[in-house]
Formats: sequence, structure tokens, C-alpha cells
Amino acid sequence: MFSILRSLWYTFLHAFHKRETILYPEEKPYLPPRYRGRIILSRDPDGIERCVACYLCAAACPVDCISLQAIEGENGRRYPAFFRINFSRCIFCGYCEEACPTYAIQLTPDFEMGEYNRQNLVYEKEHLLISGEGKYHGYDFYKVAGIDAGVKEKGEGANEQPPVDVKSLMP
Amino acid sequence: MMIKVQIDGTYYEVTPGKNLLETCLTLGIYVPHFCFHPAMGSVGACRLCAVKKYKNADDKKGRIVMSCMEPVSDGLIVSVKDQEATAFRAAVIEGLMINHPHDCPVCDEGGECHLQDMTVMTGHNYRRFEFKKRTYNNQDLGPFINHEMNRCIQCYRCVRFYNDYAGGSDFAVLGSHDHVYFGRHQDGILENEFSGNLVEVCPTGVFTDKTLKAHYTRKWDLTNAPSLCIHCGVGCNTIAGERYGGLRRIMNRYNGAVNGYFLCDRGRFGYEFVNDDNRIRKAQIRITKDKNLEETPPEKLTTALSDAFFGTKRWIGIGSPRASLEANFALSCLVGKDNFFHGISRKDHLLVKTAIAILMNGTARSPSLKEIEKADVVLILGEDITQTAPMTALAVRQAARNKGIDSTVKSGIAEWNDYARREKSQDLKSPIFIASSFGTRLDDIAEKTYRASPMDIARLGFAVAAMLNKNAPQVKGLNEAQKELAKEITGVLKDAKIPVIITGIHSGSPDMLHAAANIAEALKLNGQHPLLSFLLPECNSMGLGMMDGKSLDDAIKLTDGGESAGLIILENDLYRRADKAFIDSLLEKCNPVIVLDHLVNETTLKADILLPVGTFAESEGTLVNNEGRAQRFYRVLPPDGSAMESWCQIRDLMRLSVNHEEVLWEKFDDVANAMTDQIPAFSKIKGYFPDADFRILNEKIKRQTIRFSGRTAISANIDVSEPKPPDDPGSPLAFSMEGSDEVPPSSLVAYYWVPGWNSYQAMNFYLDEPNGSLKGGDPGIRLIEASAANHLLFFNPVALSFRSRSGEWLVVPAYRIFGSEELSSKSRAVAARIEIPFILMNYGEAEELGGKDNDMVRLTLADKIIEVKLKIDNSIPAGILGLSTGLPGMPYLELPGMGKLTVLKS
Ligand code: SF4
Ligand code: SF4
Ligand code: SF4
Ligand code: SF4
Ligand code: FES
Repeated sequence: MFSILRSLWYTFLHAFHKRETILYPEEKPYLPPRYRGRIILSRDPDGIERCVACYLCAAACPVDCISLQAIEGENGRRYPAFFRINFSRCIFCGYCEEACPTYAIQLTPDFEMGEYNRQNLVYEKEHLLISGEGKYHGYDFYKVAGIDAGVKEKGEGANEQPPVDVKSLMP
Repeated sequence: MMIKVQIDGTYYEVTPGKNLLETCLTLGIYVPHFCFHPAMGSVGACRLCAVKKYKNADDKKGRIVMSCMEPVSDGLIVSVKDQEATAFRAAVIEGLMINHPHDCPVCDEGGECHLQDMTVMTGHNYRRFEFKKRTYNNQDLGPFINHEMNRCIQCYRCVRFYNDYAGGSDFAVLGSHDHVYFGRHQDGILENEFSGNLVEVCPTGVFTDKTLKAHYTRKWDLTNAPSLCIHCGVGCNTIAGERYGGLRRIMNRYNGAVNGYFLCDRGRFGYEFVNDDNRIRKAQIRITKDKNLEETPPEKLTTALSDAFFGTKRWIGIGSPRASLEANFALSCLVGKDNFFHGISRKDHLLVKTAIAILMNGTARSPSLKEIEKADVVLILGEDITQTAPMTALAVRQAARNKGIDSTVKSGIAEWNDYARREKSQDLKSPIFIASSFGTRLDDIAEKTYRASPMDIARLGFAVAAMLNKNAPQVKGLNEAQKELAKEITGVLKDAKIPVIITGIHSGSPDMLHAAANIAEALKLNGQHPLLSFLLPECNSMGLGMMDGKSLDDAIKLTDGGESAGLIILENDLYRRADKAFIDSLLEKCNPVIVLDHLVNETTLKADILLPVGTFAESEGTLVNNEGRAQRFYRVLPPDGSAMESWCQIRDLMRLSVNHEEVLWEKFDDVANAMTDQIPAFSKIKGYFPDADFRILNEKIKRQTIRFSGRTAISANIDVSEPKPPDDPGSPLAFSMEGSDEVPPSSLVAYYWVPGWNSYQAMNFYLDEPNGSLKGGDPGIRLIEASAANHLLFFNPVALSFRSRSGEWLVVPAYRIFGSEELSSKSRAVAARIEIPFILMNYGEAEELGGKDNDMVRLTLADKIIEVKLKIDNSIPAGILGLSTGLPGMPYLELPGMGKLTVLKS
């Protein structure tokens, strides 16, 4: 009996606490950059698509809502021919971002994605690709990778020696 | 006898004579390794397989040994988990990773990389080395293989495979110290016919599949099915992988009795025709003879077909050696046995029937490739087997090493100790005799070669038989050289433990088959157990040959009688089988002409009604290979309504025609069972392959890995509500990632994966021992067995020795691994390797005619005139020409035949 009354009392006291509720949408809440909202695909510092179509995000996705197809440019640079996220399935867990070796796929603090028609929640590459680097600046996967892909010459990447001259016998 | 070893405190009974690494893999104990390959043995190069070995139970310190170089012996005490050994292995990986590029995301090996697996397994997580990485320039190695040399870890598997195992000579390890380079002396196409195996042999992403790269998909995303290679009569087992409705790649599927760990390049890279733009996807009808074929809606098609069946009394059915047994059987049910024809020329039909009759007679056993590998003497009569049955050639190449192996075993070197064995045996080779009309790709391992016309080769065979057994018919008029050679072959064959005679029908000579049979019979009378391998051209030549039915020429003759008939052609481009004029008149006389096929070809263009059917990737079916082994392939592409399996199309035709009881056929099993009931030759197949109701713990076998991605997004652009996975009621496999986790029966293994082993090396855990048989037996059932009691009546030689006439040449067929087979030639990568039609001629003769290499020449053969490129080849004897056969652009010609040649002035 006493405990019920005590609970009622505490509940009643809440009426005088500071309001947590805000008048959304007039007023917007602050969301930190690491908030896990709408997913985007970002670009390299030099403005080229960052995604190298490695399929790791798709593999990491627990609801399997990412699908893409790799394709190669003339000099071997790989990028997605299509990149599709079905946001009606996405649970915004951020595993894709965690799996991505290039910082291409990033979750953003935007959550305003409501649609009347579920079909509109299927985003293709043109809806996902932004024109900047997103949260992570300055990283260019191909500069540190071993393949050249037309981005650099063999041996000119970060931390690389010039290519071996196979015909030389010098130590 | 089994011996006892102690591994990490547990006692195991194991087979002696193996190395410790193999033994551990057999027992399912994970020992990281790179350079050991079950088919190639150990060299101890990579140092990753380190384990601790103890002298005896009192030895607590032990010492580190390489498990791949350590023979198992009774009482051996070792530890894999030992701390020092573990640290040693992690250090080895760390050393290898020093120069390894940051490539995994863009590396095609990623997700099925042996190096990734080993790195995770040894626990090397963080890079401590801060200095610069070594880099290499890559090479362009042709349309099959991509080269990314930075990723190499110097395990030497590639050179050991390419040079030592496959006999290649344009690939090597170059450079010195930490600058070694694995590649060619300069950019260029890898010449060896087995280069594709580098993709699986290399534990890293240095060599990857270029055709897969063009439509790249990770291993975990592929939908896989156990399939068969349909590009020659060897019947290698493959894993076909699909993504987004397209066939993405062909991988090796282990079969200890057939292809083992390897495939040839035609089989691996010849799959792309399945995705071709020229696929027939919709039914088409020609309203009147002068109109073009037009796509038809289903209702109209049904009406047209019913009209056709109503109006036509007699139907001629033409089967195909590239269609499954079940499809051919269904067709013979539809048209009736007497109206079913084999769809190969009379000559080929006779040859196939002769070969099968000899095998059925039971004199000699038709060997599996594994048995050929064990041979101590091989005699090849009239075939360039690298071009006509590539994997058989690879098996013969292994057989050549047996004498060397024997010599090393005598000096106590274990069979797996590859380097020591090669050093000891040097150039010691088992005798391989090759008789052919011109040089072959196996000549480098031949004890003796003999170049002559097919007639003379057959005569040589008969002479050998005659020398082996005096009751065998003698050959008259041999010259000294021939006698000498026959004597030498006879001498070697007489003492052979496992003599193998290989011949085939490609040279177009029944005498060749008879000669081989005579030799086999003579050896048998001598108390030996000869093996007799007949190479037939197509994936189901053997199976079709075991069915009743006459040749294509007989069908043509029938229509010549003026009787009107309808014609149904099953997966067969008749213009490859007979003279154009004959086929034209056959198609002209028959009305209507219904063609079932999957790719546009000359025959489909002449159809009145063209029905689309599935390729091997869209069908289930049984094929019988050269060995007489019936094997089954399963569909990998999900049904999309466009390509029905051939037998289904034929069943639907039956439903439109008269009352056939076969119309009850619902599932594949129904037609397969009807066939095995009705055709006694196939009765052994019944019950061998798991049927559609097969379940493991109530679950089907999954075609997809547990990590299959994109389920809810793949078709979301069409409809956001994802469809249910395609049903596959006709097969024990499911188009799903859900299914039994148990290892399926050997014939249903759709992909290889065990925890920790994502790479192809996982396959070793599906075997009873590395390089052994699949657990549960190697898939496939042999339909033809020899018996000790059966004997053959010696055949009489008919061929006369070939005498050249001036101004005329004997034109013999020259086959090419790339180009001579119809379907692989329509695949992009293989097409890039096809030569332009050519004719081989001796230098001296060419000079007399005033012809040089690459000149165009005009060949007149019977009533045909063709223009081809002249290729000087000094291995071809005077008076004989080798004409490229089956290549795109070459008309059908009956070979061998006499022809005239003129050089065209350019
Ligand atoms: S993980 Fe990153 S780089 Fe890889 S496919 Fe996804 S977005 Fe592209
Ligand atoms: S070889 Fe293996 S470890 Fe190396 S980059 Fe390729 S996937 Fe990664
Ligand atoms: S290329 Fe591959 S197989 Fe050859 S040594 Fe390097 S890692 Fe080994
Ligand atoms: S040998 Fe024949 S069956 Fe085997 S992979 Fe090559 S083409 Fe295919
Ligand atoms: S596998 Fe034993 S040293 Fe390489």
C-alpha cells in the first residue's frame, strides 16, 4: 500500500520537472556527428567516388539490405556500377560503416526519411552519393593500396619502394 | 597397417607413408600451411607448417620441425598447439606480411584467400614493421589470368604447378634474394592449357580469374551448384557460381577419380556463352517460309504447336551429344524410338558405336584419370590429347613421372617429398609413346614419337598387337623403321604393370580403335590388365552412343524417300555435323522444323518454331564421360521463366501431341527414372543420385553460403517487398542460404567451406585424405565394367599404308583446345584465344609450292573450296596436311580426305 502511494507521489512530482520534449519539427534536436542516421556514400579528397565496391558493407549488414555490383574503369579503378540500400529494412546499426575499409559509407545525423510509399525508401547510388568527404577527411584508399588503378604509378604509393628491377642481381 | 602417433596429447591411428601435415589435415587438425599442395607434395619452402616434435615422452623441450617434411612414424609425439611453435608460425606470417600490400578490399582473392585465413589462424593482427613495402610491376598474361605481383608471398606453388606439374615452359621464378618474381620473361599470353589453375593454386591474389574480374562477385555472394564441364568428353566436375542472374565463374570441384584438383582452361573460362546476348530467351515462330522468325506470346505458341502436332503424322527427332541423357531420352519418347536419330554424322556414329562396343565387350577397363596417372606405360594412337581431352593429357603427364618415383621410392625418398624426388629422378621418365599425324603438346615427355597418316598409325597399332600375340592378324609391308618402333613398343608393353592405351575418334579412323582393341586383347592374353581409353569429342557422346538410334545421315536418307515429316532438333547445330547442302535439304523437306536450343546458330535460324531451353547452368541432367561414368549436374541459375530445361519443353510438346503416358512427368526424377527403367544400359544410375526428396534432418542442401548478402536489396528496385526464394521442387538443392549445415553427399557438394578455411583449400576437409577420394566416395557411377573372362575377337587391319600422290595431300583434322568446341568458342575469353583457320604443312613442301608462313592458301577437298592460312609445321610428314577443325568459320568437312592446295598470291 505504502509503495503504491510512494510511486504515485514520484510520478506526480514529474509534472514539475524540466521538459525533455521539444516542439519538433519547429525545433530541431542536436545530434552528434556520430549519430547513426541516413547513410551516404562519400568521395575522395580529389572528388572521385570513394567506394571501391569491395562488398564488405553488404556482407556486414545484418539485414542484408545493401546490394551492389563492382565494375572497373579503364585503368582498373573499381567502383560500384549500382549501389542500393533498402532503407525500409535498414536498422541503422552502423556495421556497414564499421566494415568499410575506405570510409566511403558513412551514417549521418539525418533521420528525417519518412515516406508514405515504402518503395521510395529504396535508395540508389544517385541518392546516396554526396559530393564531399563526409566525416572523415583526407583519406584516399588508393594512395595506400598496392594496386595502381590509374591513381598513381607502382611504387609511388604511401610507404612504397620503387618497383623491383627483376633483372638486377645487386643486393 | 596403421601406426599410432600422439598429437597434442591425443593418440591417433594413422596411415604410414604420409607426412605429418597431410595426416593432420586428414584428422581435421588445423595446421597452417602454404607451400604444401596435396597433388604436388611438399618442398618445405614457406616454413609456416611448423610444429613441435618430441624425441620421446620424457623430452619436454622438443624441437620445431616442418610438419610437411616430417614423415609420420610409429610413436611420433608432436604438438601443434605448443606455444613456441605457435609463436614461430605467427612470426612467419608477420614476415610474409611485411611487404604485403593493403589490397584486400580490391583484391579478387579477398574472402577466399588462403593468406587471409592463415593470418587469422596464426593470430597476427597488427603490423609493427614501419618501413617501406617492396613493389613489383605486373604483367599482362592474356585474357584468362590477372597478375598482381605485389601480393606474392614466395611460396613457389605457382612455378611448381605450372612448370613441374603441367609442363609449362613460359613461366618461371626470376630475380634473386628478396626480389624474386613469378611471371613470364615478358608480357604475353600464358601458353599452358592449364594456366587457369594458378587461380586456385596460388594462395594469394597474385593470380586471379580475369573473366570473373569483369563481373566481380565475392565468394560468399555466389549461388553455387555442383556442375559438370560440358566442353569435352572428360567430364570434369565443376562448381558453377551465379549472381544477379548471370553465371559468374567456374571453379574446380574435386573428384578424385576424374579431375582431382584441376581443370583445363577451356573448361574454366568457356562458361560465358551462358550470359551471351545471343541467347534465345523467347519462343519464336516463322509464320510462312519466306518470313523471319518472330517472338510469340505463349497462347499463340500453343496454338501453333498444337496445329503442328495435329497436322503432322510422323516426327523425326534429332538428339545431341551435348544434351543430357534425360533430354535425349525425352525426345526419343516423343518421336518414338524408330524416329530418333543421334544427330552426328554417320562416320562419327559408327566410330562412337565401335568404341562403345569394344568397351562393352569387357576386354579392357576404361580408366579414370586417376588410373591413367598411375600408368607405367602409355601408348597414344592418333590423338593430340591436349587439344581433344585436355585433362587426360595432364594425367598422362603425371604418369610420365612414375618411373622416376619408383626409383626414388627404392632409395627411401617418400612419395610426397617433391623436391628430393625430382632431384633424384632427374630426367627419368616412364615410357610414353605418341603416334600422331603431327606434333602434339605432349611430345616433350614422349619416349618416342611417330608421325604418319592415321592409316599408318593404325597399322603400327596392329603391328604391336601382332608382335604381342602371334594369333593377332599380322601387318604386311611395314618398313624397317616401323618394325623397329613396333618392336620397341611391344617390348615395353609386355613388361608393363599398368599399360594404358589411349586413342579416340578424332582422327576419324575406325581402324585406330580396332588397333587399340587388338593391343588390349593381346596384353590381356598375356595375363596383363590393360587399360583402354577412348576419347570421344563431346560431353555426352558416350551417353548418347549408349542409347538406341541411328545417325544423322540416316535421317537425311529417310526424308529423301519423299515421306513428309516434322523435325525436332534438340540442342544441335546440324551444320557442324554434315555437309551444308545435306542439312539444307533436310530442313527444306521437313515441315515444320522445331528447334530447341539456347544460343543462336545456323540451325536455329532455319527453324519454323524455335523454343528456348536452358544451358547446363539452367538445367539438371546426367552425362556419361569417356570413362563411362555417369555424372549429374544441377541448375545454378534460378528459373526466370525464359529458359526451360530441355526435357520440360519436350514434355510440354508431348502434352500437345497424342496421349503419351510420359506426360505424367512432373519432376526431373520422373523422367530420369523412366529412362533408367526403359534403357538397361542406364539401369545402374537408378537410385545412385539423391532424388528431389533427399533431405538432411528435414532440410535441403543450400546453394548459398551463410554470408550471402543483399537478400533484401537485390530486387528492391523492382519491388520493395522481397519475393520468396525461387522454389526448386525438382532438386535436392535449395536456392537459399538456409539449409543443412552437414556435409552433403559427395555428388551434391555445392561449395567448399569449413570454419576458418574460407579459401578453396577448405576442400581438403571434404576428402577422406588430401589427394584421396571425397568422403562417401567420388561422385559418379561407372556404367561399363570390364570382366576378366571377356575376350574379343581380333580385328583385322584394313587400312593400307598411305602413299602420297604428287599434287594431292591427305588432309587430316587438327583440333584446338580453344576453338574446336562449339560452346566455349562463344565465350569471350576463349574466343580471344582462337586462331584463324589454318592448315599445317611441312616446310619443304610449302617451299616447293612457293608458300610462306601466314600466306593464304586455297584448299580443294571433294567438292569444297576453302581458304585458310598456311602454317609451317615441320612435324607433319610430307604428303599430309593438318586442317584446323571445328573453328568458327570453318565449314563441315569430312576428314581425312584427299585435297589439293594452291597458294594464293597476295
Ligand atoms: S564497404 Fe565501403 S568500399 Fe566496400 S563496398 Fe561498402 S561502401 Fe564500398
Ligand atoms: S592476397 Fe589475400 S591477403 Fe592479400 S590482398 Fe588479396 S585478399 Fe588480401
Ligand atoms: S605467385 Fe602465388 S603461388 Fe606463386 S609464389 Fe607467389 S604467392 Fe606463391
Ligand atoms: S578436360 Fe574437358 S571436361 Fe575437363 S575441364 Fe577441360 S574441357 Fe572440361
Ligand atoms: S607447408 Fe610446410 S613449409 Fe610450407
